[in-house]
Parts: sequence; C-alpha cells; structure tokens
Amino acid sequence: MSNLAASADTMNIDAAAARPLASRFLSGLVSRLVIIVPYLWLLVFFLVPFIIVFKISLSQTAIAMPPYVPAFSLEDGISGFFSQLGQMSIDNYLWLTEDALYFNAYVSSIVIAGISTLLTLLVGYPIAYGMARAPANLRPTLLMLVILPFWTSFLIRVYAWIGILKPEGLLNQFLQAIGIIDDPLLIMNTNTAIYIGIVYSYLPFMILPLYAALEKMDYSLIEAAQDLGCPPISAFWKITFPLSLPGVIAGCMLVFIPAVGEFVIPDLLGGSQTLMIGKTLWNEFFNNRDWPVSSAVAVILLLLLIVPIMIFQAAQARAQEQSR
Amino acid sequence: MNSGWSRFNISSIVLGFAFLYLPIVLLIIFSFNESKLVTVWGGFSTKWYGSLFNNQGLMDAAWVTARVGVISATVATVLGTMAALTLTRYTRFRGRILFSGMVFAPLVMPEVVTGLSLLLLFVAIGLDRGFLTVTLAHITFSMCFVAVVVQSRLVSFDRSLEEAAMDLGAPPVKTFFQITLPVIAPAIVSGWMLAFTLSLDDLVIASFASGPGATTLPMKIYSQVRLGVTPEINAACTLMIGVVAVGVIAASLINKRREIQRQRDEQAAQRA
Amino acid sequence: MKSLGSIRREFAPWNDPSATPYIVFENVTKRFGDFTAVNNLSLSIYEKEFFALLGASGCGKSTLLRMLAGFDEPTSGRILLDGQDMRGIPPYRRPVNMMFQSYALFPHMTVEANIGFGLKQEGMPRAQIEQRVAEMLKLVKLEQFSKRKPHQLSGGQRQRVALARSVAKRPKVLLLDEPLGALDKKLREETQFELMDLQQSLGLTFVVVTHDQEEAMTMADRIAILDKGEVMQVATPAEVYEAPISRFVAGFVGNVNMFEGTVAARDDDSVRITGASGAEIVVGNAGEAAAGNAVAFAIRPEKIRVSSRRPEGAANAMEGEVYDLAYLGDMTIYHVRLDDGQVVKASALNSSRAVEEALSWNDRAWISFPPDAGVVLTR
Repeated sequence: MSNLAASADTMNIDAAAARPLASRFLSGLVSRLVIIVPYLWLLVFFLVPFIIVFKISLSQTAIAMPPYVPAFSLEDGISGFFSQLGQMSIDNYLWLTEDALYFNAYVSSIVIAGISTLLTLLVGYPIAYGMARAPANLRPTLLMLVILPFWTSFLIRVYAWIGILKPEGLLNQFLQAIGIIDDPLLIMNTNTAIYIGIVYSYLPFMILPLYAALEKMDYSLIEAAQDLGCPPISAFWKITFPLSLPGVIAGCMLVFIPAVGEFVIPDLLGGSQTLMIGKTLWNEFFNNRDWPVSSAVAVILLLLLIVPIMIFQAAQARAQEQSR
Repeated sequence: MNSGWSRFNISSIVLGFAFLYLPIVLLIIFSFNESKLVTVWGGFSTKWYGSLFNNQGLMDAAWVTARVGVISATVATVLGTMAALTLTRYTRFRGRILFSGMVFAPLVMPEVVTGLSLLLLFVAIGLDRGFLTVTLAHITFSMCFVAVVVQSRLVSFDRSLEEAAMDLGAPPVKTFFQITLPVIAPAIVSGWMLAFTLSLDDLVIASFASGPGATTLPMKIYSQVRLGVTPEINAACTLMIGVVAVGVIAASLINKRREIQRQRDEQAAQRA
Repeated sequence: MKSLGSIRREFAPWNDPSATPYIVFENVTKRFGDFTAVNNLSLSIYEKEFFALLGASGCGKSTLLRMLAGFDEPTSGRILLDGQDMRGIPPYRRPVNMMFQSYALFPHMTVEANIGFGLKQEGMPRAQIEQRVAEMLKLVKLEQFSKRKPHQLSGGQRQRVALARSVAKRPKVLLLDEPLGALDKKLREETQFELMDLQQSLGLTFVVVTHDQEEAMTMADRIAILDKGEVMQVATPAEVYEAPISRFVAGFVGNVNMFEGTVAARDDDSVRITGASGAEIVVGNAGEAAAGNAVAFAIRPEKIRVSSRRPEGAANAMEGEVYDLAYLGDMTIYHVRLDDGQVVKASALNSSRAVEEALSWNDRAWISFPPDAGVVLTR
C-alpha cells in the first residue's frame, strides 16, 4: 500500500517534471531558430554573394548570358574543382593594373573621399561643439534637426544641389544679383560639386559621433584647465580635442568609407572627367557588361576599405570599453 | 564663459542648419513654380502635383516602392531582432565571430559592391530579377541596421525582469513575448522605420537587384534626373520628404509626450 | 563674552583690527536669470586661513567659489584678492587654483601630466616641472602611481591627484569644492586631517565649500554659514556651535533644543524667559535681549541633565516623561516630553559602566541645566 502510494508519488513527480522538459525542449528549439534563421539568411544573401563575386572576378569574359565563363562550379565535385583550378585566371586583375583608368579611379576616389572627409570634419566640428554646449533642454531638438535630413532621400538631397549649382542655378543667380560675380561660377560637373555633395550628404554621420563624444565630456575639465592657467583656445587643443578624438575617428570613417565607393554624387554632380571607383564599377557593369572586370573592381575596392573599416571597428570597440 | 554657449557656438549652429536645410527648402519652394524652368520663379502653381499624379510611370514606381518598403521592413525587423537577440544573448556558439561580422559589415559596405554581389547571386541561382529580388536585397541590408538599433536597446535591458517572470512561472518563450518584447518595442518600431526609409531611399542596390516591371521610385527619379531637372521631380521629392517628415516628427512627438507623461506621473507619485 | 575654545587660538587675524584681509567680497550679488544665487554678500578672508563656506545645496556657496576662481562674474559688487579687483580677470590669469568636486582629472593624461599641467602653462622649464611633480607625488604619497591614468586609480587616489594638481602651482589661494564629498566615511575622516596638515605645511589660504558641518567644524579656522545667498554668521567652529546668533544657525549646526518665549525681566546680564505654557527659564548670558522681546532659548542636548528626581539647587528644572531613548554605547540620548508637550533632547555621556538609577521608557524624569548652558536668540 505504502509502496503503491510511493510509486504514485514518483509518477506524479515524473509528470510534473515532463512538462518543463517539453517546454525546455521547445524553448531550446526556439532559441536555436533565433540563431539559425538570421545566420542562414546572411550566409545566403551576404557571404555567398561575395564568394561568387570573387569567383567571377577570376573568370573569363564571354559574350553570353550570364556574360562570363565560370572558372569552376561545385557541380563537378572535388576532382572537377581541381581540374578547373587551372582555368582560373587573374587576367582581370592584371587588366586592372594595365589600364591606368582603374588605377586613377582608385586613387582619385581615395583623394576625393579624403578631402571631402576633412571638409566634413571642418564643417561638422563647430556644429557638434555648439550643440554639445547648448542648453540641455535644447539639445534633443537640435539632435532631431540633425537627424531629420538623414531620413529624407539621399537621391533627393543630391538632386536639390543640381538646381543650386548649375551655371544658371540659384547660387549663381544670387551671387550675380548681389554683385559679387559677373560671370557664373562653374561649379557643376567639377570636383568642387562632388565635395559639396559629399559634405552635405554625410554631414549628419560626422556630427552624430562628434556630438556624442563632446556631449559626454565633463565641462569642469575645461574649467580645470583654465584654472591651471590655460587660455580657452589652448584648452580646446589640449583637452577638448584629444578627448573628442574617438568621435573624430568614428565620424571620419563613417564619411570616408561610403564616400570612397560613392556612385550617386559623382554621377549627378561630377563631370564626365571625374573618376570615382563606384561610378567606374557601375559603368563597367551596366554599360560594358563586363561582369568579371567589375567583380575584380569590387574585390579591390573591398581590400582598400579593409584598413579604414578595421580602424573604425577598433575605435568603436574602444568606445564601448570606456563606456563600461 | 560659464556655459560656453557663446556667440560662436550659436552662429555655427545657425549656419550649419542653414546649410542642411536650405537646399531642401529651395527644392520644396520650386516644386510650386509655375515655370517649367526649375530655377526661374514664374509664379505660384500646384500644376506639377497634378501632372505628377497623371504620370503613370511615376505612380507605378511609387506603388512598387511602397510595397517593397513595407514587406522588406517587416521581414527585416523580424530577422534583425532575431540577430540582435543572438548577438546579445548567445555569447557562445560556433561561428559567432563570423555572424557578428556579417551583421556589421553591410553597414559600411559600399552600395555598389552589395548590389553587384546580390545580382550575381540571383543570376547564379537562376532567380529572375524583379519585385522578389529587390525585396530580398532590401531585407538583407536593412536587417543589419535593425539589428544594431535593437541590440543597443537589448544591451541596456535589465535581465532580472526576465528572471522575475520565469521565477513567477512563465516559460522562456512566454517570457519573451510578455516581458522582453514590450520593453524593447520602441527600439523595434524605430528599427522598422529605419528599414522602411532605407528601402524607400535606395537607388544603387535596387538598380542592380531589380528587373523589368519592378522599377522603384528612386530608380524612376534617377532616370528622369539624368535627362534634366524638372519641377515634376521637385513635386515628387517634396511629397516623399513630406511623408517621411510627418512620420518622423509624429513619432518623436509621441515619444516626447509619453516621456513628459511619465515624468509627470513620477513626480505625482513622489508627492503622494 | 567668555572665551570659547578654538583649535589654534593664537591664529586669529580677524580679531586684529590692524590686519588687512586677503580676500574680500564687497556687496557681491550674483543673479542667474530670475534666480539670485548670492545676495549683497560681504565677507573677508585672511591670509593662511582655513575658511569654510557651509550651507545646504543651493545656498550660493559654490557660486561664491566659482566667482573667486573666475568662472562666474558677480552681477554687482567687487571681489578683491590681495587688494586687487578681480573683475574681468579670466580664470587662467588668477593666482588661485581650484580642486573640483568631480576632481576634473584629464582622462587622457597620466597622473604626472595632470599634476604638471599647470606648471607647463606657466612655461616652467621641463626639469623644474619634473622636480615639482615628484615633490607633489611624494606629498600625496602617490610616487608609484605617476604613470597611471585617472581611471586606473581608486577614489581616494584620484582625490589626492586632484589635490596635488591644484597645489602644484603654489597658488596664493586654494579653493576646494566639496573636497571629500565623493569619499566614504572612514577615508573622509583620515583625509580631513591630511588636508589640515597640508594647509599648515604649505602655508596656503584654503577656502573650502562643504555641506557637511562636521567636516567644516573639524578643519576650518572660521566658518561662514550661508542661506539663500546671504551670510548668516561668520565665526570659529566653537563660536558657531556655542554662540550661534540666530535660530537658523543654532538649528543648522548640531542638535539643539529651542524654547520659544518672551523676556519677562532683565537684570544685568541675566534674564527670565516665560514660555507660552508659563514655564520659566533663567539665563545668565542674555546678549541684547530686552524685556518684552520675543526670543528663543537654545540649548544643546549635552548641556541638559536628566534625572529621576528633581535635582537640588538647579537654576532651571522641568518635569516630564521619558518618551524615547537610544543607547549608543558612549552616550545615551533621551527624548523627554515635558508636561507642556514640548519634547526635549538630552544626551548623557556614559562615563561609568553601571548607571545608578537607570531611566526607562515612560518613567517620570526631570531635566535641568545651569543659567549659562544655552544662549538667548533674538533673531
């Protein structure tokens, strides 16, 4: 009798234990799904495409659809892979080094992006500084005003400058009306127009990290420096600027990296002489339909950007470490 | 000297905001221009808005963009939230470094490269380019932005809330939907809005990933801009700016009101 | 007035009519918009004095310090330092240094660079800077931490770096804004004495802002008690405690019992005060109180004796009931509710281990005190 009762008890316990076990299994399944679904998605739509780009960059151009001869494919298995290794060629990369067009495009992309980044920093720093020193109740509004243009279309913002910078555009009309110039300034279709476009489009990306770094800085540090005999301008260079350096690095990288591969701005504002690699890749792909070469262009572009991207990641990691 | 909010600070902010907003304001003003010349004022008119609605090509493109935006933002929000949960909750599983790399890389990837690689994928697997491929492409890059937004909220999330729920008998899945999700909901909503705007905005990736019959509004605008600046485009741009501005301002006002209400409640509670 | 105890009785330039004050606030007013932080305040501080500005938050004490350092300019009035009007002189040209409440250590510089920062601004030769920094590090006992960054230091170490940095330039005046506010209780007590030693050995003038009355009492030569931007009293710690000049000061510093009443009669220095309930108090040192004045009699708890029977020959004695008591080890605190309803706090030092007639809750009890145990306050 007592045995029976005992076994009934154990049975009850088992039943009670079984339910959490089932739910634990369910939650284990769910948590595995939470990892697997986005993981697979990114593998298929992000990583695999890059492998394909790399593969095609090693293939031969062909007049076909798709317009290339595959260098190797998985269908042939391991042996096929090795036999096709021989067909792989770095011709496309050699082609890039032989034609000065590509080399110049890379160099001028980096130069244009670098100058634009510097200009954006020069324009953005005083704004971010002013915002960080603004009365605390004003700051959220100012921040929203900086972010708001970012929500409006990039294309539209670049387009808006065409009407302003054209020879018969609003800027020239204005300058001629107030009598500063007689002949219209030729800004449109020059590098200057590209600088203006990049500075304008990427200004929020520069201001936000700068503001974040400047805003959290304790103003009493400046007071302490002044108290110890340091005049304001020198206090700026000795205290404020070094402490905002993480923001400066993050902002510069956030502008520089996308600016190097920029397509819309050089295409709409820059002239036909302006070479930028994003535009070259686009033309190679859509106009010349040379998929292998444009893939090789993309691979080199990524290699060029690895260093700034790593600088950016390291700066972010350091910032996260410090905030902890 | 005390606050440092000097005349220099004020003028740099005023000039900065003038620089940021003047082009947009001019664009909007000239959308109401009577004249066909964009830069010569010929009197007030709303005729370009009328002709805009009669431009079947633009209207079709707007409809495509709206559908791609809603679908891709929604799927991207689900996937991005999952990715953010993975990044913050599961610190140890095989391939975690690869995973976080794949989440953060698209944020800084040049658009031409992302577009090219996706196109080559679609060709390789024999998927016809069109509505589906644009949507897939947009999901892929905007889910990473959603992941970053949601992750920054999850990092500051107090885990003891979940532990309390489980302690009170709620199984993990239920805990997630009843506790975690409501708390991080604002971040998820702003993630969705970000994903939607990114999709609305995108020209380069869509140009690679799209095909016949799935021309998005930016693609349409771009092809018309290349032919020359027209007030009709100004009108279309003004409408797009209007939609986004109303959305963003409404969202921030709702947020602000909620914040003020919360502060008032807290003060009332402390007085009581 | 009978002499009241002071730590350094021989140092009292404020009692010397021929001494010229080193820092003078002359009718200084500071307004921020509608808010008046400092209201027509005048104050003199002498060379080598350890001067404390004591008050609750928002009383204007930090504003005073910031005006002296040059971060804020007075709306009206003058601040003189060594006879020179400070108006318009920026903080980086004033011979005063400040130790910030937050320490404001430069996070991107080492301890060494922080301490040497002010010297570098002066254009001091490098070798001399190194020597002075080493000296400072030794002074604050941080020699082995010279290469560390501020975030690698404990709270107490940071405090000492901030201190070393602010004295490295040998300023005429050192301003300290809540210097011990961020330290825990034990460290605070130790550091109080270190600060006093430092002030003595360097011979500097210290102006310290604090909201902690114990800190001010321990360290300062004189204390200025501030309220709503005005000075309530400036005096030595002992005077502030034993001879407060107003109800506010008496209530602000330490514990106090107040008996409100009217002066019934005055006879030489001694007065009879009648309370609302008719109880009478005889006080020896009446100050300026005249017959008919509404006054308060303030007496500290430790000056009141509690006993179970009426003490014989006591000038003042009142009966009541023990309403609450707390045994703290070194002393016992009694709350006695008098028959007219007023609750009186009294503390008794437990100088012997056994108490002969222990009082307990609800026991009848007498409180008593001599005529000169408290002060009569007219304000």
